[in-house]
Amino acid sequence: MKKAIIGKKIGMTQIFTENGTVVPVTVIEAGPCTILQKKTMENDGYEAVQLAFGDIKDKNVVKPVKGHYDKYGVGYKRTIREFRLDDCGPLESGQELKADVFEIGDKVDVSGKSKGKGYAGSIKRHGQQRGPMAHGSKYHRSPGSMGTSASPSRVLKGKKLPGQMGNKNVTALNLEVVKVDAENNLLLIKGAVPGPKGSVVSIKSSVKA
Amino acid sequence: MDLIKKVEQENMKENKPQFKVGDTVRVHVRVIEGKRERIQMFEGVVLKKQHGGINESFTVRKISSGVGVERTFPVHSPKVDQVDVIRKGKVRRAKLNYLRGRVGKAAKVKERV
Repeated sequence: MKKAIIGKKIGMTQIFTENGTVVPVTVIEAGPCTILQKKTMENDGYEAVQLAFGDIKDKNVVKPVKGHYDKYGVGYKRTIREFRLDDCGPLESGQELKADVFEIGDKVDVSGKSKGKGYAGSIKRHGQQRGPMAHGSKYHRSPGSMGTSASPSRVLKGKKLPGQMGNKNVTALNLEVVKVDAENNLLLIKGAVPGPKGSVVSIKSSVKA
Repeated sequence: MDLIKKVEQENMKENKPQFKVGDTVRVHVRVIEGKRERIQMFEGVVLKKQHGGINESFTVRKISSGVGVERTFPVHSPKVDQVDVIRKGKVRRAKLNYLRGRVGKAAKVKERV
Protein backbone atom coordinates (compact mmCIF):
# COMPACT_ATOMS: atom_id res chain seq x y z
CA MET A 1 0.00 0.00 0.00
CA LYS A 2 1.20 3.49 -0.82
CA LYS A 3 1.79 5.84 2.06
CA ALA A 4 2.47 9.56 2.25
CA ILE A 5 3.26 12.27 4.77
CA ILE A 6 4.44 15.89 4.84
CA GLY A 7 7.51 16.90 6.86
CA LYS A 8 10.08 19.55 7.58
CA LYS A 9 13.72 19.05 6.68
CA ILE A 10 15.82 19.43 9.83
CA GLY A 11 19.31 18.72 8.48
CA MET A 12 21.85 16.01 7.83
CA THR A 13 24.01 13.89 10.10
CA GLN A 14 25.38 10.36 10.15
CA ILE A 15 24.65 7.26 12.19
CA PHE A 16 26.39 3.92 12.66
CA THR A 17 24.88 0.56 11.80
CA GLU A 18 25.49 -2.46 14.03
CA ASN A 19 28.41 -3.68 11.95
CA GLY A 20 30.09 -0.28 12.06
CA THR A 21 29.31 1.20 8.65
CA VAL A 22 28.46 4.88 8.62
CA VAL A 23 25.16 5.87 6.99
CA PRO A 24 24.60 9.50 5.93
CA VAL A 25 21.04 10.45 6.86
CA THR A 26 18.66 13.38 6.50
CA VAL A 27 16.54 14.05 9.57
CA ILE A 28 12.94 14.96 8.71
CA GLU A 29 10.30 16.01 11.21
CA ALA A 30 7.37 14.20 9.59
CA GLY A 31 3.91 14.91 10.86
CA PRO A 32 1.65 15.13 12.73
CA CYS A 33 -0.49 15.60 9.64
CA THR A 34 -4.26 15.82 9.65
CA ILE A 35 -6.36 14.45 6.83
CA LEU A 36 -8.72 16.99 5.27
CA GLN A 37 -10.67 16.21 2.15
CA LYS A 38 -10.87 12.73 0.69
CA LYS A 39 -11.35 12.86 -3.05
CA THR A 40 -13.37 9.97 -4.42
CA MET A 41 -14.06 8.44 -7.81
CA GLU A 42 -17.75 9.42 -7.72
CA ASN A 43 -17.25 13.03 -6.67
CA ASP A 44 -13.94 14.06 -8.21
CA GLY A 45 -13.10 11.45 -10.82
CA TYR A 46 -9.97 10.27 -8.99
CA GLU A 47 -8.88 9.07 -5.57
CA ALA A 48 -6.68 11.22 -3.34
CA VAL A 49 -6.26 12.55 0.19
CA GLN A 50 -5.38 16.05 1.32
CA LEU A 51 -2.89 16.27 4.17
CA ALA A 52 -2.24 19.38 6.28
CA PHE A 53 0.97 20.01 8.21
CA GLY A 54 2.77 22.70 10.24
CA ASP A 55 1.85 25.20 12.94
CA ILE A 56 0.32 28.55 12.03
CA LYS A 57 -1.31 31.38 13.98
CA ASP A 58 -5.07 31.40 13.48
CA LYS A 59 -5.06 35.06 12.40
CA ASN A 60 -2.76 34.26 9.47
CA VAL A 61 -5.17 31.79 7.87
CA VAL A 62 -7.28 33.38 5.16
CA LYS A 63 -11.04 33.00 5.36
CA PRO A 64 -11.61 30.69 2.36
CA VAL A 65 -9.00 28.27 3.68
CA LYS A 66 -10.48 28.52 7.18
CA GLY A 67 -13.81 27.41 5.76
CA HIS A 68 -12.15 24.38 4.20
CA TYR A 69 -10.57 23.36 7.52
CA ASP A 70 -13.79 23.98 9.48
CA LYS A 71 -15.67 21.61 7.17
CA TYR A 72 -13.63 18.72 8.62
CA GLY A 73 -13.50 20.14 12.16
CA VAL A 74 -9.69 20.12 12.46
CA GLY A 75 -7.17 22.72 13.67
CA TYR A 76 -5.53 25.10 11.19
CA LYS A 77 -2.21 24.12 9.64
CA ARG A 78 0.30 25.85 7.38
CA THR A 79 0.61 23.58 4.34
CA ILE A 80 -1.93 21.50 2.44
CA ARG A 81 -0.76 18.89 -0.04
CA GLU A 82 -2.70 16.32 -1.99
CA PHE A 83 -1.51 12.75 -2.54
CA ARG A 84 -2.94 10.25 -5.00
CA LEU A 85 -2.66 6.91 -3.26
CA ASP A 86 -3.75 3.54 -4.60
CA ASP A 87 -6.02 2.82 -1.70
CA CYS A 88 -7.40 5.70 0.37
CA GLY A 89 -10.03 3.45 1.99
CA PRO A 90 -8.67 3.13 5.54
CA LEU A 91 -7.94 6.87 5.81
CA GLU A 92 -10.67 9.07 7.26
CA SER A 93 -11.08 12.86 7.31
CA GLY A 94 -9.93 14.35 10.62
CA GLN A 95 -7.58 11.44 11.30
CA GLU A 96 -4.01 12.23 12.36
CA LEU A 97 -0.97 10.71 10.65
CA LYS A 98 2.39 10.38 12.39
CA ALA A 99 5.87 9.45 11.27
CA ASP A 100 5.21 5.79 12.08
CA VAL A 101 3.15 5.31 8.90
CA PHE A 102 6.57 4.41 7.45
CA GLU A 103 8.68 1.50 8.61
CA ILE A 104 12.39 0.86 8.64
CA GLY A 105 13.53 -0.34 5.22
CA ASP A 106 10.74 1.34 3.24
CA LYS A 107 11.74 2.96 -0.05
CA VAL A 108 10.47 6.50 -0.43
CA ASP A 109 10.50 9.43 -2.83
CA VAL A 110 11.07 12.83 -1.24
CA SER A 111 10.01 16.00 -3.06
CA GLY A 112 10.77 19.55 -2.12
CA LYS A 113 11.71 22.90 -3.55
CA SER A 114 15.44 23.01 -4.31
CA LYS A 115 17.76 25.77 -3.14
CA GLY A 116 17.57 28.78 -5.46
CA LYS A 117 20.82 29.68 -7.22
CA GLY A 118 19.42 32.69 -9.12
CA TYR A 119 20.27 33.48 -12.73
CA ALA A 120 23.19 31.14 -13.38
CA GLY A 121 25.50 30.79 -16.37
CA SER A 122 25.72 27.64 -18.45
CA ILE A 123 28.88 26.45 -16.65
CA LYS A 124 27.20 26.32 -13.23
CA ARG A 125 23.76 25.43 -14.56
CA HIS A 126 24.62 22.71 -17.08
CA GLY A 127 28.18 21.79 -16.15
CA GLN A 128 29.69 23.04 -19.41
CA GLN A 129 33.43 23.65 -19.80
CA ARG A 130 35.00 27.08 -19.66
CA GLY A 131 37.59 28.48 -22.05
CA PRO A 132 41.18 29.33 -21.13
CA MET A 133 41.46 32.31 -18.77
CA ALA A 134 44.85 33.51 -20.14
CA HIS A 135 47.27 33.12 -23.10
CA GLY A 136 45.40 35.78 -25.07
CA SER A 137 42.09 33.93 -24.88
CA LYS A 138 38.98 36.13 -24.91
CA TYR A 139 36.61 33.18 -24.48
CA HIS A 140 36.02 32.54 -20.78
CA ARG A 141 32.56 31.53 -19.56
CA SER A 142 30.21 32.10 -22.53
CA PRO A 143 27.72 29.43 -23.61
CA GLY A 144 29.51 28.97 -26.96
CA SER A 145 28.01 28.36 -30.38
CA MET A 146 24.24 28.70 -30.84
CA GLY A 147 24.24 26.04 -33.55
CA THR A 148 24.30 25.94 -37.35
CA SER A 149 23.90 29.01 -39.56
CA ALA A 150 21.61 29.32 -42.60
CA SER A 151 19.72 26.15 -41.92
CA PRO A 152 17.72 26.18 -39.75
CA SER A 153 18.65 29.87 -39.16
CA ARG A 154 17.23 29.73 -35.65
CA VAL A 155 18.34 28.39 -32.26
CA LEU A 156 17.05 24.88 -31.63
CA LYS A 157 14.63 24.33 -28.75
CA GLY A 158 16.21 23.01 -25.56
CA LYS A 159 19.60 24.66 -26.23
CA LYS A 160 21.44 24.81 -22.91
CA LEU A 161 21.71 28.49 -22.00
CA PRO A 162 21.97 30.63 -18.86
CA GLY A 163 18.82 31.10 -16.79
CA GLN A 164 17.15 30.55 -13.43
CA MET A 165 18.74 27.65 -11.56
CA GLY A 166 17.18 25.93 -8.58
CA ASN A 167 14.06 27.05 -6.68
CA LYS A 168 11.99 24.47 -8.48
CA ASN A 169 10.35 21.23 -7.43
CA VAL A 170 12.75 18.30 -7.31
CA THR A 171 12.10 14.68 -6.29
CA ALA A 172 14.81 12.42 -4.91
CA LEU A 173 13.83 8.87 -5.87
CA ASN A 174 14.11 5.55 -4.08
CA LEU A 175 15.65 6.60 -0.75
CA GLU A 176 15.69 4.20 2.18
CA VAL A 177 14.07 4.85 5.56
CA VAL A 178 16.83 4.07 8.06
CA LYS A 179 15.03 4.85 11.30
CA VAL A 180 11.59 5.88 12.52
CA ASP A 181 11.14 7.75 15.79
CA ALA A 182 7.39 7.83 16.43
CA GLU A 183 7.75 9.66 19.73
CA ASN A 184 9.44 12.73 18.25
CA ASN A 185 7.90 12.25 14.78
CA LEU A 186 11.30 11.89 13.17
CA LEU A 187 12.19 10.05 9.99
CA LEU A 188 15.82 9.30 9.16
CA ILE A 189 16.22 8.90 5.43
CA LYS A 190 19.42 7.70 3.80
CA GLY A 191 21.05 10.30 1.58
CA ALA A 192 20.30 13.90 0.69
CA VAL A 193 16.91 15.48 0.15
CA PRO A 194 16.07 18.57 -1.95
CA GLY A 195 15.72 21.99 -0.35
CA PRO A 196 17.26 24.05 2.45
CA LYS A 197 16.93 23.22 6.16
CA GLY A 198 13.47 24.07 7.48
CA SER A 199 11.78 23.63 4.11
CA VAL A 200 8.65 21.55 3.64
CA VAL A 201 9.10 18.19 1.91
CA SER A 202 6.57 15.55 0.98
CA ILE A 203 7.47 11.92 1.48
CA LYS A 204 5.74 9.21 -0.49
CA SER A 205 6.22 5.48 -1.08
CA SER A 206 8.61 5.12 -4.00
CA VAL A 207 7.32 4.66 -7.53
CA LYS A 208 10.27 2.31 -8.07
CA ALA A 209 9.55 0.05 -5.10
CA MET B 1 19.43 22.04 15.49
CA ASP B 2 18.32 20.52 18.78
CA LEU B 3 16.63 17.66 16.99
CA ILE B 4 19.86 16.87 15.13
CA LYS B 5 21.73 16.80 18.47
CA LYS B 6 19.09 14.50 19.89
CA VAL B 7 19.49 12.05 17.00
CA GLU B 8 23.27 12.16 17.35
CA GLN B 9 23.09 11.69 21.11
CA GLU B 10 21.23 8.42 20.68
CA ASN B 11 23.93 7.06 18.40
CA MET B 12 26.89 8.19 20.48
CA LYS B 13 28.74 6.09 23.06
CA GLU B 14 27.85 6.92 26.64
CA ASN B 15 31.37 6.37 27.91
CA LYS B 16 33.66 7.99 25.41
CA PRO B 17 37.23 6.70 25.70
CA GLN B 18 39.38 9.29 27.45
CA PHE B 19 42.82 10.04 25.98
CA LYS B 20 44.76 13.02 24.70
CA VAL B 21 46.86 13.84 21.66
CA GLY B 22 50.39 12.46 22.17
CA ASP B 23 49.26 9.52 24.29
CA THR B 24 50.32 6.05 23.27
CA VAL B 25 47.16 3.99 23.00
CA ARG B 26 46.08 0.46 22.20
CA VAL B 27 42.88 0.40 20.12
CA HIS B 28 40.77 -2.75 20.27
CA VAL B 29 39.14 -3.11 16.83
CA ARG B 30 36.38 -5.60 16.09
CA VAL B 31 37.15 -7.52 12.93
CA ILE B 32 34.64 -9.83 11.27
CA GLU B 33 36.19 -12.72 9.35
CA GLY B 34 33.43 -14.69 7.66
CA LYS B 35 31.12 -15.47 10.55
CA ARG B 36 33.70 -15.25 13.32
CA GLU B 37 34.36 -12.02 15.15
CA ARG B 38 37.66 -11.27 16.85
CA ILE B 39 39.48 -8.31 18.37
CA GLN B 40 42.50 -6.84 16.62
CA MET B 41 44.94 -4.46 18.31
CA PHE B 42 46.41 -1.30 16.87
CA GLU B 43 49.02 0.38 19.04
CA GLY B 44 50.62 3.75 18.47
CA VAL B 45 50.75 7.48 19.19
CA VAL B 46 47.58 9.58 18.86
CA LEU B 47 48.52 12.03 16.11
CA LYS B 48 45.36 14.13 16.13
CA LYS B 49 41.72 14.30 17.09
CA GLN B 50 39.29 15.76 14.59
CA HIS B 51 35.71 17.03 14.46
CA GLY B 52 33.21 16.72 17.27
CA GLY B 53 29.91 15.14 18.15
CA ILE B 54 29.17 11.93 16.34
CA ASN B 55 31.74 12.68 13.62
CA GLU B 56 34.64 12.75 16.09
CA SER B 57 37.65 10.72 15.00
CA PHE B 58 41.26 10.17 15.98
CA THR B 59 44.36 9.11 14.10
CA VAL B 60 46.91 6.66 15.50
CA ARG B 61 50.43 6.38 14.05
CA LYS B 62 52.84 3.53 14.51
CA ILE B 63 56.01 2.33 12.83
CA SER B 64 55.49 -1.15 11.47
CA SER B 65 58.66 -2.87 10.19
CA GLY B 66 60.24 0.46 9.34
CA VAL B 67 57.18 1.87 7.58
CA GLY B 68 54.91 4.49 9.14
CA VAL B 69 51.29 3.33 9.37
CA GLU B 70 48.42 5.62 10.28
CA ARG B 71 44.86 4.56 10.96
CA THR B 72 41.90 6.84 11.62
CA PHE B 73 39.03 5.59 13.78
CA PRO B 74 35.61 7.17 14.40
CA VAL B 75 35.35 7.48 18.20
CA HIS B 76 31.70 6.43 18.29
CA SER B 77 31.97 3.51 15.87
CA PRO B 78 30.83 0.18 17.30
CA LYS B 79 33.93 -1.33 15.65
CA VAL B 80 36.14 0.50 18.14
CA ASP B 81 35.64 -1.72 21.15
CA GLN B 82 37.96 -0.13 23.67
CA VAL B 83 40.91 2.27 23.83
CA ASP B 84 43.60 1.70 26.48
CA VAL B 85 46.09 4.44 27.32
CA ILE B 86 49.52 2.83 27.69
CA ARG B 87 51.61 5.96 28.15
CA LYS B 88 50.68 9.61 28.52
CA GLY B 89 52.54 12.03 26.27
CA LYS B 90 53.69 15.59 26.88
CA VAL B 91 53.02 17.67 23.78
CA ARG B 92 52.51 21.37 23.04
CA ARG B 93 50.46 21.01 19.89
CA ALA B 94 46.96 19.72 19.00
CA LYS B 95 48.16 18.06 15.79
CA LEU B 96 51.43 16.14 15.82
CA ASN B 97 51.95 16.14 12.06
CA TYR B 98 55.65 16.91 12.62
CA LEU B 99 56.13 13.28 13.71
CA ARG B 100 55.67 12.17 10.10
CA GLY B 101 58.96 13.68 9.01
CA ARG B 102 60.97 12.18 11.83
CA VAL B 103 62.46 8.77 12.47
CA GLY B 104 63.99 7.01 15.43
CA LYS B 105 64.55 8.91 18.63
CA ALA B 106 63.45 12.24 17.13
CA ALA B 107 59.97 10.82 16.60
CA LYS B 108 59.57 10.10 20.29
CA VAL B 109 57.01 11.94 22.43
CA LYS B 110 58.10 12.89 25.96
CA GLU B 111 56.23 11.27 28.79
CA ARG B 112 53.85 13.33 30.91
CA VAL B 113 54.30 12.57 34.58
